[in-house]
Amino acid sequence: MSPLLEVKNLRTHFYTFEGVVKAVDGVSYDLEEGETLGLVGESGCGKSVSAMSLMRLIPDPPGKIVEGEILFEGQDVLQLSMDEMRLIRGAKMSMVFQEPMTSLNPVLNLEKQLGETLQLHKGMNKQEARQESIELLARVGIPDPERRISQYPHQFSGGMRQRVMIAMALSCNPRVIIADEPTTALDVTIQAQILELMKGLTQEFGVAMIVITHNLGVVARYADRMNIMYAGKIIERGESAEIYRNPRHPYTVGLLKSVPRLDLPRRTRLDPIEGQPPDLIAVPTGCAFRARCKWAVDKCATDEPGLESVAEGHYSACWRSEDLGPEALDFLNDQ
Amino acid sequence: MTTLSTETNTGNTSTHDDVLVEVNNLKMHFPVTSGLLFQREVAQVKAVDGVSFSIRKGETLGLVGESGCGKTTTGRCILQLYKPTDGEVIFEGTDLTKLGNRQMRQMRRQMQIIFQDPFSSLNPRMTAGDIIGEPLVVHGLVKNGQEKREKVRKLLDDVGLHPYMADRFPHEFSGGQRQRIGVARALSVEPKLIVCDEPVSALDVSIQAQVINLLEELQEQYDLTFLFIAHDLSVVRHISDRVAVMYLGKVVEIADRNEIYQNPLHPYTKALLSAVPIPDPVIDAQRERIILSGEVPSPLNPPSGCVFHPRCSMAVDNCSQFIPELREVSPGHWVACSEVDGY
Repeated sequence: MSPLLEVKNLRTHFYTFEGVVKAVDGVSYDLEEGETLGLVGESGCGKSVSAMSLMRLIPDPPGKIVEGEILFEGQDVLQLSMDEMRLIRGAKMSMVFQEPMTSLNPVLNLEKQLGETLQLHKGMNKQEARQESIELLARVGIPDPERRISQYPHQFSGGMRQRVMIAMALSCNPRVIIADEPTTALDVTIQAQILELMKGLTQEFGVAMIVITHNLGVVARYADRMNIMYAGKIIERGESAEIYRNPRHPYTVGLLKSVPRLDLPRRTRLDPIEGQPPDLIAVPTGCAFRARCKWAVDKCATDEPGLESVAEGHYSACWRSEDLGPEALDFLNDQ
Repeated sequence: MTTLSTETNTGNTSTHDDVLVEVNNLKMHFPVTSGLLFQREVAQVKAVDGVSFSIRKGETLGLVGESGCGKTTTGRCILQLYKPTDGEVIFEGTDLTKLGNRQMRQMRRQMQIIFQDPFSSLNPRMTAGDIIGEPLVVHGLVKNGQEKREKVRKLLDDVGLHPYMADRFPHEFSGGQRQRIGVARALSVEPKLIVCDEPVSALDVSIQAQVINLLEELQEQYDLTFLFIAHDLSVVRHISDRVAVMYLGKVVEIADRNEIYQNPLHPYTKALLSAVPIPDPVIDAQRERIILSGEVPSPLNPPSGCVFHPRCSMAVDNCSQFIPELREVSPGHWVACSEVDGY
């Protein structure tokens, strides 16, 4: 069976005065029906841009999808006209953004905001849309939806707004939800609530989800598989359980090692990844992570490693993936 | 069992000698006004409502809680950036709330702050060198430009930046580097106390660890005391010696780091700890998870009795009527919940 969504060699570049920013530079992955895929990386690694590209929401100019294919249900969405795209966006593919305050329209009440999608994509009339919206709000755990539906976004708290966003994303029974840092702006206890809610709803509705986040804990709790991005490329990919237990790329190892963990004894010192990510206008030759990598060899400076299989379903883009395994694990587990 | 009162050295069983800052029954109520011309007070936001704790010399006290719980306001009240409504802030025997502006300005040399957002807390029109050097000039710690430049170079070096970067402007630095400038600026006047208000939450994970390590090194080198305000409980456990948990303007639990993480007593602390996702799917799935229902109530109209009772799984009838005081249930472990054993 072919996957629900297949991204092939996607390149999204931004043309700025200072040069071409290669935000996404040759990214390929797929998404199976009903699965949750984590897209992990630090700010500026291209994770949001790669997701926005799926929805074709890249502002052009300055941005442009210069290459690649995005096969959704077997159809390349990059070939669709804007009108055709509009039929998919919000209906079959929908999105939950990080900042629920800025992504809801402040001057429309919930009835209008939720109803708009339903009327547009499902051809409901106003009354039906209202009824459906109330049910959706109840589904995402908003108390007293009959009254709340006439309220405006500012009358909701952050967690409640995120629930509204989720209701909106679910409203047209999409096949894929792209959640861009859905819980980053929320407090820990509210984050836990939203995570539980999304996990339950995606299972219940059988929706596939792409979760974009920098929080390794969130992916661990959520995702079946994950892609780790660095400087516009996927550098490691595999089942989440496998990647957390047996990371192969030095960047992944470094990320896991740099966060303090509540379940392990406290370390006297943290082990950060030294240095900073490269400037995406002038990505160095060879491996982009080389300058920060403690295991780099000469070859890393000249040749760029591609994603190679290191175990079943587990890929890593590193010249030393093969021989690094035990050493990297020792480093990671050494408290 | 000791009961908490404003006279005792609260949340702390040790003597006064090793205490740097003592906060007693601190309150910060912000008025909510109505009317354009003749503003009248219609309500009060009780951002901080009777908080007491002390910070020992050389330690890091972690202050955790969710947004709106008053942790930042508490930090700012200690530095007198807000004039507290009530209560005392005793810094080495001096009650800061009683000082006039001029005297307070003198005291500010002893206490500095590092802000959360490294983008908005640095003046974009000043060079890094001027930002770091300004406090030196204000407090008259350098005689001339030459001395200032040398000091700035030394500070830049201390925080892991190159001295030649002194002539650059904030926009030329990355987030992590900017936070280092903020740290250098705070260090410049050789303070005793630094209030770190979410110093790493705006940074990427790999950079967070760099800044945390830097803070720990500097603490040792300069003999600093930190009040570390954060919402990330893993980071707080790493850096703190003791931890205070705040909820809706009140401290609900204080204990030593290991004690509070291994043996949390207050139901809110328990829920907070269980909500933190662990970056290992196998371990995370095995953990007991307490999902709190509802949200933090508005500090405009806090619940009666224990402010946590509407969301608490352990709540009994009494909780809505009586405000639980912070009490010491085991040495050094203070909790404000009547349903905890030994309370």
